[in-house]
Amino acid sequence: MKVRVLVSFKESVLDPQGQAVKNALLTLGYDFIKDVRQGKVFELELNDISREEIDKVIPEISHKVLSNPIIERFEWEILK
Amino acid sequence: MRFGIVVFPGSNCDYDTLHVLKYVFKQEAFFLWHKDHDLKNADCVILPGGFSYGDYLRSGAIARFSPLMQEVKEFSLSGGIVLGICNGFQVLLELGLLPGAMLRNKNLKFLCQNVHLRIETTDTPFTNKGKPGQVLNIPIAHFDGNYYIDGPGLDKIKKNNQILLRYSSAEGHLTKEDNVNGSLDCIAGLVNENRNVLGMMPHPERASETLLGSRDGHIIFDSIIYYIKNDR
Repeated sequence: MKVRVLVSFKESVLDPQGQAVKNALLTLGYDFIKDVRQGKVFELELNDISREEIDKVIPEISHKVLSNPIIERFEWEILK
Repeated sequence: MRFGIVVFPGSNCDYDTLHVLKYVFKQEAFFLWHKDHDLKNADCVILPGGFSYGDYLRSGAIARFSPLMQEVKEFSLSGGIVLGICNGFQVLLELGLLPGAMLRNKNLKFLCQNVHLRIETTDTPFTNKGKPGQVLNIPIAHFDGNYYIDGPGLDKIKKNNQILLRYSSAEGHLTKEDNVNGSLDCIAGLVNENRNVLGMMPHPERASETLLGSRDGHIIFDSIIYYIKNDR
């Protein structure tokens, strides 16, 4: 089983790296770009584990380890 | 006085800190391995600068789970003096011993330079030898030093007088240019509510010998030594 966790900055937090990417895209002429937020992707490969356990444990480790809840938020999905 | 300096894989200011405490301040200083469970009766625990675990995941995020951090946490909760310098500050934030978090510097550059710092309060074990408004010249060297905290959090640390050091001009003015990394409210160092844990991005151990350009870092170490000797 594979799970993907996406971590990105909260809306209220300034993302200087996202801003730099946005400015680069604007410089290249992609003037329809409104905003860019940069984040991190984690792909976790899991041993045999029930769906109920996944629902419990993935938010737990995303909150505790993969993200810093003060500045970041996360979402996750099961890949296969 | 006994200073324990925690060594993580990737710490690189551990020897500088040991050198300064031992040979400049003539104190007992020793390393504490992050995998141990023993603070060796230290009076003060220092988390030094560096790149613990290569700054993987987030700066300080993995060091926070080192076995010794449990002891450091208990030590701080019982009033023990803890100083986190640079990466050590980042570890203290991730550990939750200090409020807030670090973002990448506003200009996306690794900043290695001397900065001016204004002492905001002397009512702490770390600044009792300074004067309010006094300006220090101490170097910084970091990528993630752009301090962030949410609105209510900022109100709280201001109300409790927890902000110890702010980036300023040589005259002590707060300007956008002098706030080199973009920290919220120019915050360079702050203490916890109980005032026994300090996190600061600048390196006082690199400003402790005249030969190296500045000895303003003495204020921090002299204050700690004075506090432990007298106020305890």
